[in-house]
Amino acid sequence: MWDNLQVLITAPVFNVQLLLNGITVGAVFALVGYGLALVWGVTSVKNLAQGDFVMMGGYIGYVLAKHGIHPILTLIPVAIIMFGFGWLCYLLVIKRVIQLDLFTSLLGTFGLALVLEQVLNLVFGGDVRTAHSGFGTIRMFHGMVTVTEIRLIALGLCALLAVGMALFMKKSRMGQAIRATAQDPRAARVLGVNTDLVYAFTFSINAAICGAAGVLISMIWVLQPYYGITYSVRAFVIVTAAGLGNLPGVILTALGLGVIEQYSGFILGAQIQQATVVSMLLIILVWRQLQLRRQRLALQ
Amino acid sequence: MSILISRTARLAGAAAVAAALAFSSQASAENYITLGSAISVSGKYSKEGEDAMNGYNLGVKMINEHGGVKINGETYKFKIKYYDDESTPARTAELVERLIKQDGVKYLLGPYSSATTKAAAPVTEQYRIPMVEAEGASRALFSQGYRYLFAALSTSEDYLGPVIPLAADLFKKKGRKPSSLKVAMAFENDPFSLDVRAGVVAQVKKLGMKIVVDDKLPRDLSDMTATITKVKALRPDIFVVSGHDKGAATAGRQLKELGANAPIVAFTHCESAGLTVKYGKAANGILCPTQWAETLKYHDKLFGTAMDYYKLFKTTYPKYHIVPYQAAQASAVIQIWADAFQRAQSLDPQKLRDALAATDMETFYGHIKFGPRGNNIAKPMVLRQIQNDKYVVVSPVKYASGKIEFPRKAQY
Repeated sequence: MWDNLQVLITAPVFNVQLLLNGITVGAVFALVGYGLALVWGVTSVKNLAQGDFVMMGGYIGYVLAKHGIHPILTLIPVAIIMFGFGWLCYLLVIKRVIQLDLFTSLLGTFGLALVLEQVLNLVFGGDVRTAHSGFGTIRMFHGMVTVTEIRLIALGLCALLAVGMALFMKKSRMGQAIRATAQDPRAARVLGVNTDLVYAFTFSINAAICGAAGVLISMIWVLQPYYGITYSVRAFVIVTAAGLGNLPGVILTALGLGVIEQYSGFILGAQIQQATVVSMLLIILVWRQLQLRRQRLALQ
Repeated sequence: MSILISRTARLAGAAAVAAALAFSSQASAENYITLGSAISVSGKYSKEGEDAMNGYNLGVKMINEHGGVKINGETYKFKIKYYDDESTPARTAELVERLIKQDGVKYLLGPYSSATTKAAAPVTEQYRIPMVEAEGASRALFSQGYRYLFAALSTSEDYLGPVIPLAADLFKKKGRKPSSLKVAMAFENDPFSLDVRAGVVAQVKKLGMKIVVDDKLPRDLSDMTATITKVKALRPDIFVVSGHDKGAATAGRQLKELGANAPIVAFTHCESAGLTVKYGKAANGILCPTQWAETLKYHDKLFGTAMDYYKLFKTTYPKYHIVPYQAAQASAVIQIWADAFQRAQSLDPQKLRDALAATDMETFYGHIKFGPRGNNIAKPMVLRQIQNDKYVVVSPVKYASGKIEFPRKAQY
């Protein structure tokens, strides 16, 4: 541990590498977390199939790329297909569990996750797959620091999405309807908002974002029908830590966790990497509880 | 026209009935021995599970096509009853019990992975049903005193352990003492990989080398950049990774992306991860331990040479780019069962256990002879190196079909 810390002090250039790795890893997780926060905040459904949407998007992109489309260009068709698929899932599953208790909606999305995993396994087999972005690697500091262009694209996309979604929520009618529904669905209905449509749209947007994240993941990491769970867990950690309805918070948390994870992996070892993320979540939750308690006491 | 059609249809119908009758009479005349396996069709090991199943199925097909096994003058053919263990050890144990108790299966084939085999073995011991496995290499499986467990493959400490003395020899020729060498290790936190690690650590200690990175990768880790950044920073002489196909695929990709390298780089599961197909030149120079290679000079009467098996497997399953050893060893298990039935001349599991314990046979997969603990003591592991997108056996020298390229030159 001390040896590794010493490396970072004597050769600070590796800090740059870890920061770049962390931010770009975090950007991809931010996309997945962003979608979850949206669905969670608006529909109150905790989507356990989040990671499986990511894998599905990755596989669709992989197939399209096999047919000659450049992997990065598959982002748009994948997002459209996943939007449609999200709508279908809403009609078949989510619509039926949205008004029910937490346990039922969790079971519903868990079932959806299982079905998706099995279907992906039947269609694509269990092979670990990767897509080639065709992009190069940027080398800095005499090759001591490297970053792949596809990771920077992921970071750019994450920023674009954040700005795009913020504008959409503020300016568009649908965005306003989504915000209204998130605040009070009953009042929104009374004022003429078609909440059913809002729910369907929100869930579909989430599926589209996940699909786009999946395409990036196929070019950054690997795809396998059963690896979705990694992304589901991470998305839950991010959203829980950031808090609902706090979309810029989701992105900052994801990037922060990405960096912390890299540092803990470097200094303490890969075995501690995930434990650090979960410990951070725990610390944030305890801190938030203390804050709320202080507020309660002040009110009393 | 309509008469013609109806006549043709009737003829076709009659032919179909005749064929069906012929088939049913043939089927009823044949005796079958049912082998059983709870294997990973879904879950994280579904790829390797499929490889093993294809190996089992090819073995059964070949045995049946060559007349099956003859026991006391009666001919028996093999068939296999599979269940999907979802890559979960608890489910494996449950399904093995179901195979034995509900389905009455008396002869078992192993699941895929050490973890699931560990769960299956106590059940087969309890019911005194012999199990021949080909995919559980953890040496912990063979220290429990199991009497009904037999394994065709070499145990896990032989996977990457031999890389260390090989590296010591190579560095010695360059004037470096083994004690001056630095080793970086990244192993998945599962029974198989930790056993592989134990084999490496034993050799590292013996030769007095220094471990500079010793990371244990979580099972669902998708990113190894922190570990590989350490490799880049600390410049070890040897870098070894074991994390099934996901570990190999991730490490292969991220070594390239981060521009990291070491004079000796060795991964397990290169073949099932498809390193050569996925990364082309960037995978060159990586050492990969294998239980079996098609270039080895093993042979038997059923499959012919190792190369014959390779060709047969590829024709039977055209989707494979290369034949993973996981499939070859599964086919060998079927041969081991056939041999045991022939020698035991009985269907009694106890007699078969004794016949299995006395196995001493040559196969396309290598020599099979079980030690007192049930592991195969007659077949060595070999190390292959990826050279120009091909796997070339480079060690031990006795089996080598090419020279090792050292130090590894990163082609990225």
